[in-house]
Formats: sequence, C-alpha cells, structure tokens
Amino acid sequence: MKGRTISPGKTEGTAIVSSDPIGFYGGIDIKTGIVIEKGHPLEGKKVTGKILVFPCGKGSTVGSYVIYGLSKNGVGPAGIINKETETIVATGVILAGIPCIDQIDIDKIKTGDKIILNADKGICKIKK
Amino acid sequence: MIKDFFLKYKTVKYSHNITPVKRVINMYLTKEEEKILNGENGEVIERLFRLLVRLGDIYGAEKMIPVGSVQVAGVSYKSIGDPGTEFLEDIASKGAKVKVLTYLNPAGMDLENWKKLGFPADFAKNQLRIMDAFRKMGIVVTSTCTPYLAGNLPRFREHIAWSESSAVSFSNSVIGARTNREGGPSALAAAICGITPNYGLHLWKNRQPTVKINVDTDLSFNSDFGALGWYVGKQVKNKIPYFTGIKDANTDQLKALGAAMAASGAVALYHVEGLTPEADLVENKGLEKISVGKKEIKETYNKLNTGKKPDIVIFGCPHASLREISTIADKLEGKHLKKPVWICTSRMIKEAAERMGYNEIIAKAGGSIVADTCMVVSPIEQMGYKTTGVNSGKAANYLPGFCKQEVCFANLDDLVEGQL
Repeated sequence: MKGRTISPGKTEGTAIVSSDPIGFYGGIDIKTGIVIEKGHPLEGKKVTGKILVFPCGKGSTVGSYVIYGLSKNGVGPAGIINKETETIVATGVILAGIPCIDQIDIDKIKTGDKIILNADKGICKIKK
Repeated sequence: MIKDFFLKYKTVKYSHNITPVKRVINMYLTKEEEKILNGENGEVIERLFRLLVRLGDIYGAEKMIPVGSVQVAGVSYKSIGDPGTEFLEDIASKGAKVKVLTYLNPAGMDLENWKKLGFPADFAKNQLRIMDAFRKMGIVVTSTCTPYLAGNLPRFREHIAWSESSAVSFSNSVIGARTNREGGPSALAAAICGITPNYGLHLWKNRQPTVKINVDTDLSFNSDFGALGWYVGKQVKNKIPYFTGIKDANTDQLKALGAAMAASGAVALYHVEGLTPEADLVENKGLEKISVGKKEIKETYNKLNTGKKPDIVIFGCPHASLREISTIADKLEGKHLKKPVWICTSRMIKEAAERMGYNEIIAKAGGSIVADTCMVVSPIEQMGYKTTGVNSGKAANYLPGFCKQEVCFANLDDLVEGQL
C-alpha cells in the first residue's frame, strides 16, 4: 500500500490496530508503553516494538512529547501507520525518529499481521 | 514567475535527530530562511526550523508566515518527563531565544504555593528545572491554558501558533485568530523562528464547517456546555462543527464547549450561528447533520460519572475566569467546606481575585485558589485523591486515564453543595 511519508525510516514488526483515534497524552503510559485510556479498544495493550496502526490522533497537543518520551524511554512503537496523521503525531514521530506514513487504508490491516514499513518511500506491505 | 518559485526544489542534507537522509524541500523559502537552513543562525534554530519545514512539506504549505504570538504546551514535568525536560534544557543551554510574545501551558504545580498545597518536593525540583529552561528562552513564565484571559490576546485573522488544545479552539473559534493544533515542540519552533508553515487552519478555505450540529435543548450550566462538547467531539472527531440552536453563551461557556470537543475529539475550530465571528462568513449548506437533545446530554452526564462521592472538587479546566471565581466565592461566603475545593486559574486572574476579596472568602470556607497548574497535569493521584468532582467535560475526559481518578461530573451548584 502506498501513502505519504510523515517521518522516514524502514522497519518491520507486528501490527497492533486501533479502530479509534489515539490521544497519546493520557492515553499511553510514557514509562511502560501501555495504553491506559479507559474504554479504549487497546486498553491494557503494549505498543512497544509494534507497528501501531490507527486512523488519526486526538486530544491533547502534549502528545508529541509523549511520543518522543516513549521512544527515549525505549518503549515506543517501531513504526506508525495512519489514515490521516495530524500535526501532533507528525511532530512527535519526526522528533523521535519513528518511521511513519499516512493516507493508508488501515481497514486492510489486522492486529497480528506482520508489516514491512518503508517510510522513506511511503509504503507498507503485509507479509503473508 | 511566482509559480516557478514555489516549484523550486532544493536538496538538502538533513542532520541531527530530525532526518538522517537526503530529502527534497518543496516549499518556497526566503533568502533569510535558507540561511537558517544552512546553519547560519546556529544549530538549535536550524534544528527547530527543519521541523517546521518538514511539517510544511507534509501538509503542503507553499511558504512560511510570521506569527503574532505563540503558546507552548508540554510544560508539566508529569506530561513530558525526563526526555522532554532534557530536550528543553538542551535548547535553552544553547542560547535560543523566542522572537514573539510566547506564553506557557499550565505547569504541574502552583509555582509559588506548591509546598503548602502538598506537591511532592522531588516533583517540584524537576518542574522548576523546566521553568528555568523556558525563562532562559525569553518565554513569559505564565503557565495558563487561557492565555487570552491573561494578556496574550490575538486579534481577528491574526496568524498565531498555539498548542494547548482548548486555547487553540478558543482563539480559532471565539476570536477568529488562525492557528493549527501545534504540538508542544512545533509551537516552540514557531516561537524561536517567529514563523509557521502556512497550511491547514491558516487558510480560509480550510475553515469552512464540515458538519452541522443542531442543539435542541436549553443549556444553562457551564457543565451542560461541557457535556455537549464531549458528546460532539466523540461524534465528529477532527471535523469543523457548525452549531445551530445555541441561543446564547458567554465566553466561559464557549471555553467549556471548545475544551471538551478538543479533548474527546480533535476539534480545533467550531462556529456557532449568531455568536462566533466567522459563522456568518462561512458556507454551511449541504452538510452532514447531527442532532443533540436533552437525551444525549443526560446520557453524557451518566457516561462521564464513574465515581460516587468526590474526595476533592476541582474547578477551572480550562483555567477559571474572574467571573467563575466570583460565582464560586458567592456560593462559599460564610460556609464551611468539609472536603477540599480547588479552583485552578492563571496567576493574573488570581491577582485580580485577590484584590476583589474572593480569595479570602474562598480560603475562609476552606477552599484553595491554585495558580499556574490544573488537575489534569498535576500529580493529584500521588496526593491521595481517588475521586474528583468536576464541572468540565475536558477534565472528565482526562482524569480517569491520566490521574487514575474516578470522576463525578456535575454542575457547579451540586458540586459545591456536596462538599459542604
């Protein structure tokens, strides 16, 4: 699938997919990488080392620092794939150096899929 | 000619932690801006400028535009932790200074009264490190989510780079200034460079409503506006709502409405027929329609109520205005609180409330005015509180996840009554 480069880099990993938007601030614990937002489809799940797939960001603009902090603390996702990346997530992944692309039909990706992400070219592939 | 300018491609080698590969820059840069890119104004400015260029290219900006003021989020030690603190100290230590009036989001504690209010000392130490870093950059150490009530007031159509989500919503919607939802670091970059990429809500074509919300019920308490905002934000995510049916609302109520929509969704701009400045100028025909009535508001109150009896009631999310403080002072005059009530506000409004004698009335009843911080970014869970009462849709949204609180969401009258 071809999308748009938000933050370059190449990575591979297992997909963790949220149908709901993610607000990183108050949504994911900066020290553990675990989703803490009550009632969120990914509540209690760990994003560390995964390819985190979600439609778009939401909530607080402090989210950029949370993405940066997750990465600095060694518990960040390996890559991010969005339907639409807004500034908050874009700023976070650029600073953190997390490969990220958007404009992808994320409905085609299921949790557990093995994903090859080449954000330099803005593409991702599901490994069969 | 002009078109050629915009199509001018440049290949630049990126360095630092922004991008380690060669990339093409699509947007038009002035001679001055190219100098920044070549590192002629120092490493820090170059690094932050590259962030702005990347964002501009991603979102299709043709050029940079000057900003009138900036508001930076990511101030509380609780929010940004050690990685964020070190990031800011690094920038400050290299002598970077802001070019425009720049205010800060709330800190994690009352910067003057933290000991008395029971904020932990090690937390305070780190929080003060962050404030020092900001001060060194020439940022006004204000710490408020309502800069527009505390001396940073943009004008209609002024381009600004603000980041706190409720302040973004208020400035775009109620004032008609123009800002995207900036991430903490991109706002800081705008402050230090004095510019922002011209895309998104800076452009008139992107400020048109994308969904119509018909409100078919009376809203009286500020918490009713919070509930409406929370419900609508959930439904519309990052769309631009055009409200009809809201007969009247003061700025406190619009502040509550916008804050809740920005928390449960990512709404950065809304229009209210007859009330907000751009509502008469935009095209509102042929939009998807959502109706909100008594039933939806009641359901939202129920949904946001996860607790039974509050240990503490906290008002001022977003920061309380002088009018809100005066209302609370009226209710507390001559009364005695059994359990704590905090009112969060900016240092400037606290000063005005002091002069009016409101602070004394509230203190006599056993309540506290807390400045510079708010319940969401302060470590209240470490202070022994388990259930918090709020009248803010935004606070009700964040407290369960970020402060591990059960929430009692109610109107101001009921909350005050319950603590007496």
